[in-house]
Amino acid sequence: MATFKEFRNNVKPNWCPGCGDFSVQAAIQRAAANVGLEPEQLAVISGIGCSGRISGYINAYGLHGIHGRALPIAQGVKLANRELTVIASGGDGDGFAIGMGHTVHAIRRNLDITYIVMDNQIYGLTKGQTSPRSAEGFKTKSTPEGSIESTLSPLEIALSAGATFVAQSFSSDLKQLTALIEAGLQHKGFSLINVFSPCVTFNKINTYDWFKENIVNLDQFEDYDPSNRVAAMNKIMETGGMLTGLIYQDKGRKSYEDLAVGFRQEALAKQDLKLSAGDFDKLLAEFK
Amino acid sequence: MISQLSWKIGGQQGEGVESTDRIFSTALNRLGYYLYGYRHFSSRIKGGHTNNKIRISTMPIRAISDDLDILVAFDQESIDLNAKELRPGGVVVADAKFSPTVPEGVEARLFAVPITAIAEELGTSLMKNMVASGASWALLGLPLEVFNKAVEEEFGRKGPAVVEKNVEAVKRGAEFVLEQAGGPLDEFRLEPADGKQKLFMIGNEAMGLGSLAAGCRLMSAYPITPASEVMEYLIKKLPKFGGTVVQTEDEIAAVTMAIGANYAGVRTMTASAGPGLSLMMEAIGLSGMTETPLVIIDTQRGGPSTGLPTKQEQSDINALIYGTHGEIPKVVIAPSTIEECFYDMIEAFNVAEKYQVPVIVATDLQLSLGKQSCEPLDYDKIQIERGKLVTDELPQLEQHALFKRYEFTEDGVSPRVLPGAKNGIHHVTGVEHDQEGRPSESAINRKKMMEKRLGKLANLRIANAVKADAPNEAPELLIVAMGSTGGTIDEARGRLNREGISTNHVTVRQLHPFPSDLLEPHLKSAKKVVVLENNATGQLANLIKQNVGYHDKIENLLKYDGTPFLPSEIEKACKELR
Repeated sequence: MATFKEFRNNVKPNWCPGCGDFSVQAAIQRAAANVGLEPEQLAVISGIGCSGRISGYINAYGLHGIHGRALPIAQGVKLANRELTVIASGGDGDGFAIGMGHTVHAIRRNLDITYIVMDNQIYGLTKGQTSPRSAEGFKTKSTPEGSIESTLSPLEIALSAGATFVAQSFSSDLKQLTALIEAGLQHKGFSLINVFSPCVTFNKINTYDWFKENIVNLDQFEDYDPSNRVAAMNKIMETGGMLTGLIYQDKGRKSYEDLAVGFRQEALAKQDLKLSAGDFDKLLAEFK
Repeated sequence: MISQLSWKIGGQQGEGVESTDRIFSTALNRLGYYLYGYRHFSSRIKGGHTNNKIRISTMPIRAISDDLDILVAFDQESIDLNAKELRPGGVVVADAKFSPTVPEGVEARLFAVPITAIAEELGTSLMKNMVASGASWALLGLPLEVFNKAVEEEFGRKGPAVVEKNVEAVKRGAEFVLEQAGGPLDEFRLEPADGKQKLFMIGNEAMGLGSLAAGCRLMSAYPITPASEVMEYLIKKLPKFGGTVVQTEDEIAAVTMAIGANYAGVRTMTASAGPGLSLMMEAIGLSGMTETPLVIIDTQRGGPSTGLPTKQEQSDINALIYGTHGEIPKVVIAPSTIEECFYDMIEAFNVAEKYQVPVIVATDLQLSLGKQSCEPLDYDKIQIERGKLVTDELPQLEQHALFKRYEFTEDGVSPRVLPGAKNGIHHVTGVEHDQEGRPSESAINRKKMMEKRLGKLANLRIANAVKADAPNEAPELLIVAMGSTGGTIDEARGRLNREGISTNHVTVRQLHPFPSDLLEPHLKSAKKVVVLENNATGQLANLIKQNVGYHDKIENLLKYDGTPFLPSEIEKACKELR
């Protein structure tokens, strides 16, 4: 059985020293090994941005696509081969700005994939512009007087879009993050894991220390029930979205693959392409 | 007896025009007639004038006619708008309810049939389509039992009582009009057809069927006119073969989902029209850059922007060829007949996998939506070729080495493994990359990779990349066109030929890479070249000038008012341009 080391490759990430994304990379590698995957059974599909490079830093099948479109690509991969474990991944700009439409609809569609967002509240690769996750008043190169748009709450949006698995973590908490990714990989449906992953170069507000001070860890509440959607929404609002842990999980809803009529258990990619002569004749007969 | 006839039904959208046409043409197909349909419709669901026209013939036909023999009208507007098409001696069958009149100067026989009244008497005005079609069927003197069989099939699932009522409506319409006319009209007696039922479908269905035959098992798409029928056909069929159609949130999701699925090994396509294609352009570049097979259908309609969504145009050519930033290998195929809609999809999927490139299959609205007879489709011609797809077990890789998914090879095409394969792990990225797929900014690698990708299609010629009907060694006119216009051109050529004007006709089916070598001899031998297309700027003509030359011989014949060419228009223009 593969260990987390087998999910490593020899590529040196181009992230800045201290970037939160390193821990997310490590957590994915550990979680993949912990749930018993072999590297070839995993496909990591990522978007564009600093964090989007992650698919190249994990020894697994990986596709680094175009900005904001990791989710539809990942859903295509899963539909083609449901035997693969599919992770989609990218930053908050990728998933909550340019790709927000896909995020909401991927949640609704509920294919069995795991979406890991590295949320640093800023655009890093383009050197410091505002993100939908930036706080109001946040000063960046594109908002020199401070952001005047309200901050997007991906967790609230996910819940209202019908998410079946919503979690949030902090890149410094490798143990919790790994456990949540494992749970996400094992969840039969779409799992959203938003990860506070500080940008040490361009975000001088939402720093490691700032997160440590402001985070509310759900693991401390013994009576928190992640199957209660209303309680989950309340908790998100109460904490201003600063909570970490498993926020909500609906184990009852079937995934898209299981609901789609006729969609087979065996990977589509392994099936014979040729129609039989008999099937072809039947198809033609309908046009007579 | 006549060998061909044109019939049209007009009314308000949502009034039963479509269903009348459907049953009427199904019954004609039963008798073995060749049919070619044209739909005039608007971008709204209820209300607004709409009409469907069918050309009926004992011989194969692929064009709408200049004139009209029989017009069935549910309202006066349908008569006012369409009467000018009627040939002298034509017939109007109209609802007596609105006291129909034929405009002055139109020489036509009018039969006012109490269409609504009969239908209401039988229970519901919904059945007026049956009364009307029954009446016009009877005027042609065609056997009523064949028509009744079609009615039975249309309404069978609603139970015998409904069938019976509709059959009665047909009968009452027929009886009424026959009494008025004193029996079937001799001048509209069609010669008997061969009795062999033809396939009868629209281009979108032929492409859906072709995709299925090609092994396509997934489709991701966003609804749009005039492409939606492709997904509507496949959602009914794919589940039977283990696959599905995903209706995505937009065309960007549709195309990127298709890229993901193709990457993972399933033949997947999407279908759209101009606005959707515009949204897909960035992703088409991803397919080209990552050498991921991809098939896209573009059913061209009137542009730009929302343009004329329900009208004929061929104005996406430039966008399809040049669209996406940077430079990628790409194939653009333009089927020109209903049969080609089927076979070209198989070729498109094969080309996409063999060359690992995006392939766009471009129809136009008339080819996509015009319902027509189709020659038998040959099962033995369905060949599935997947190119350098590696399915064997792979040797173990050295530590940290990746499978060379982008290996430099003689033909530029690299072996491709699918995710899931042991020892096949590699990276895929839209960033410039090395042979293992890892990002690389090396100038030497960049140059080699560009040459590898762009060189892949150097020799690609699809089957009949240029289709020629060239009986003349040195024709007075060479007509060059693409898409649905071929049948109309040939009809015009017949007339020109009778007047002693020699013409050759060439259809460009491979729009990109441009098959200049195949086109050149035709241009060379002709005295004059007319490039005929449904757009305002002569996009096909410009392609020919750019790639082949002969600027001094080339004349544009353009139509961009939203309607297809008529044979008479081509005939007239060719006489002027020669």
